[in-house]
Amino acid sequence: MADFRTHRRKRKAVQGLWALLTNAHLSGFVTGRIYSGPLKRFCVPVMNCYACPGALGACPIGALQAMVTGRRPRFAFYVLGWLALLGVLVGRFICGWLCLFGLIQELLYKIPTPKLTVPRALDKRLRYLKYGILLVVVILLPTILRDEFGLSVPYFCKWICPVGMLEGGVPLALLDRGIREAAHALYAWKLAILILVLLLSVFIHRPFCKYVCPLGAFYALFQKISVLHVEVDKDACVECGACARTCKMQVNPAKTPNSTECIRCGECIHVCPKNALKFRFTGKEASGAERRTT
Amino acid sequence: MKREYLTYAVAFLALASCIFGAVRGESADVLQKAAALCLECCGIG
Repeated sequence: MADFRTHRRKRKAVQGLWALLTNAHLSGFVTGRIYSGPLKRFCVPVMNCYACPGALGACPIGALQAMVTGRRPRFAFYVLGWLALLGVLVGRFICGWLCLFGLIQELLYKIPTPKLTVPRALDKRLRYLKYGILLVVVILLPTILRDEFGLSVPYFCKWICPVGMLEGGVPLALLDRGIREAAHALYAWKLAILILVLLLSVFIHRPFCKYVCPLGAFYALFQKISVLHVEVDKDACVECGACARTCKMQVNPAKTPNSTECIRCGECIHVCPKNALKFRFTGKEASGAERRTT
Repeated sequence: MKREYLTYAVAFLALASCIFGAVRGESADVLQKAAALCLECCGIG
């Protein structure tokens, strides 16, 4: 149990440290000026709004949308290649260990209130929503719908993304009176979405990650073939169900250790009394007789 | 074994795509375009 707690603390520390590293332009939080130096050319692996005063890198979903909204939409080789590379290396490990918005949702879930369980059938259907958002809102709409000048808008960033609002919209409006006065109906809409997501996070574990996040959906596509994966030692597993009970993403790691919904937080590995679950890298031979890797 | 080959093939394609895009100057485009869009998307542009 002590090992389990240490693991949780370690993960929180990594999440916090990564958030600090990628938002290290701390003077921006005082002056309200966005960093626009050469590092902004690079996409960070998580949703981290370009407009955040502290952000050193670009948000991959924002960058992807920026590529397809121009007069001549171009295939985003750089962004998609980078994200696919990360996905095939570690899958949704990034969601569990590096995402700041994921950390915020987890901390909100710690507030001691009665927790909501989304009915299984509804939960199963809602989990597909994020793939729809990735395909339709992030890629298809900005590519197809264009104005008379041939330009489009980043529909996800503009109408849905609560991360941009939390990291960019809110701090910038707090820091700059001019920006506050320029805020219009869209600002109110985005603020309402943000408040709804944060409120839901108190009662449901990581609702944005489970149902909405297009980046999580993209990484999930590589989950079953990623270099880092979870393996079950079927000989050691006594099917006690401890892993499934501890998983807040409602995955049963003993049955589907590399489920597309798993964020590879590793809690199941540390709670297993028989050490039957392990993180493994492709190419490294695992010991033990029969393994389950699906 | 098949799964391993698939992993390596996808990783190679992803890396090639990333390098090709970077050489084409897409990372600079990201910098310019995202800067223009970000405030608008927060409803303050």
